Amino acid sequence: MISLSQVCKRYPGGYDALKNISFTMQHGELVAVTGHSGAGKSTLLKLIAAIERPTRGSIIINGQNTSSLRTAAIPYLRRNFGLVFQDHKLLFERTVFENVLLPLQITGFERRESAKRVRAALDKVGLLDKEKTLPITLSGGEQQRLCIARAIVSRPAILLADEPTGNLDAAYASDIMELFKSFNQVGVTVIIASHDEAMLKRLNPRLLKLNCGELAS
Amino acid sequence: MKNWLSHHAQSLWLALKRLLQNPFAGLLNIGVIGIALSLPSGLYVLLNNLENLSRQVSSEPQISLFLNMQATPAEVAQMQAQLKSHPGVRNFQFVPRDQALRELQKAAGIGDVVQSLTHNPLPDAFIIHAKNSSAEALQALRDEISSWPNAAHVQLDSLWAQRLDALLRLGKLVILMLAILLSFALVAVTFNTIRLQILTQRDEIEVAKLIGATPRFIRRPFLYIGALQGLAGGVIAWVIVAISIHVLDKGIADLTRLYSVNFQLNHLNISDSGSLILFSAWLGWVGAWMSVSRHLHQIEQH
Ligand SMILES: Nc1ncnc2c1ncn2[C@@H]1O[C@H](COP(=O)(O)OP(=O)(O)OP(=O)(O)O)[C@@H](O)[C@H]1O
Ligand SMILES: [Mg+2]
Repeated sequence: MISLSQVCKRYPGGYDALKNISFTMQHGELVAVTGHSGAGKSTLLKLIAAIERPTRGSIIINGQNTSSLRTAAIPYLRRNFGLVFQDHKLLFERTVFENVLLPLQITGFERRESAKRVRAALDKVGLLDKEKTLPITLSGGEQQRLCIARAIVSRPAILLADEPTGNLDAAYASDIMELFKSFNQVGVTVIIASHDEAMLKRLNPRLLKLNCGELAS
Repeated sequence: MKNWLSHHAQSLWLALKRLLQNPFAGLLNIGVIGIALSLPSGLYVLLNNLENLSRQVSSEPQISLFLNMQATPAEVAQMQAQLKSHPGVRNFQFVPRDQALRELQKAAGIGDVVQSLTHNPLPDAFIIHAKNSSAEALQALRDEISSWPNAAHVQLDSLWAQRLDALLRLGKLVILMLAILLSFALVAVTFNTIRLQILTQRDEIEVAKLIGATPRFIRRPFLYIGALQGLAGGVIAWVIVAISIHVLDKGIADLTRLYSVNFQLNHLNISDSGSLILFSAWLGWVGAWMSVSRHLHQIEQH
């Protein structure tokens, strides 16, 4: 369960990116966060993943209040999430395979089983034939799919995807959306942030619309 | 347990890979560490050998009393009685002149020369061990015995050995100080290497943190890099010392053959070698640890 109550986020410099946000979502829900550029979508996802801390209010993930969490506990909180970053955050010295392997290395997953899982994840996003190449040789859309593969490889309970289809053409974008939907169908909580409302609506999600940092009903 | 091991094996592998990514810089570092460490360890070996040598040559300071050539047996006997009753003398040994000549013939290198002598040039002698072997007491005893009639020459043997001992102690102190200073240098070298490593791995560190890596997971490969580099440097130091000893040993063998004595340099023994290499690895680890503690903090934005 994810629950935000009266959450405000003011960035250093004084800009209020989020104002008084409250909502609760249950396990297995599919939520889409929409809004114009600069509305605060990425900020909201970062707060949930404890990448940013709220200025005010509380965020409770599976019964844990992220703002009162010890620093040492944050890595373990993050392992609940599969994160798709808006700017991908791929590692360009590692091969495609090694990029996807990273989350499993972090959790200390067994080697042989890891390799199987990595290939399964790459297969899901259609990058299996590129496992030995470096990310720099991939197209923008391929890089995005690589980022998705990395997010799903550890089979997280919660998927947080920030503009996962930003660089994808319509066909691939709807494939990816279908992928998220299939994860949701097997019980994964999915939160997708995107400005592409038309695309999101096809998933039939619960819509959270942000407007200048405020939640529109 | 198995998981934990594979975790460490993974970090070790990653550390090796990162070291090999820039082999030239790595080798340079290892060379610097090796050379820096070979200096105190090489000196230590030399000093140990000197110590051995001095121990071989003399165990205890002694006074040699050479009598006048004209001393009669009665006078010798009187002197013997005098020594027996002297409070400063622990024990003594009479060396008649014939025995002295025989010993000289057996002794190092000059047997041939002695053989060619037509008469015995050596006087009777006493070898005296004092009760108190401090330098001052020996000196006083020597002065006293010198004033006895028939004492031609009184020599304080092995005072030089005491002086050598003191010198060796001083040398050890110098080596210790040198080792400490160079250890700091090694820590600094590793500190800097790891700093550069962290800078080039910045993205990886950031991403790993974002997806749930613990600080320990991030720190570990860097610590391994430091320790591995130190280990390799220690091995290089050992090799440098071994080669130097080998070369010196040959030179010394040639020299000692001329004097027909047998003396061989000892190499670092197993426990010393182990200590050297482990200490070097530990220094690398410490340098890496300091660097990681300092610089990971700076990357920490999240
Ligand atoms: N680290 C930061 N420091 C200061 N201001 C920030 C920071 N990150 C975001 N902001 C500001 O907060 C506001 C919301 O940013 P956010 O990234 O959440 O928007 P978004 O809805 O994801 O936009 P987009 O669709 O363009 O990705 C923006 O006005 C931005 O300038
Ligand atoms: Mg955004």
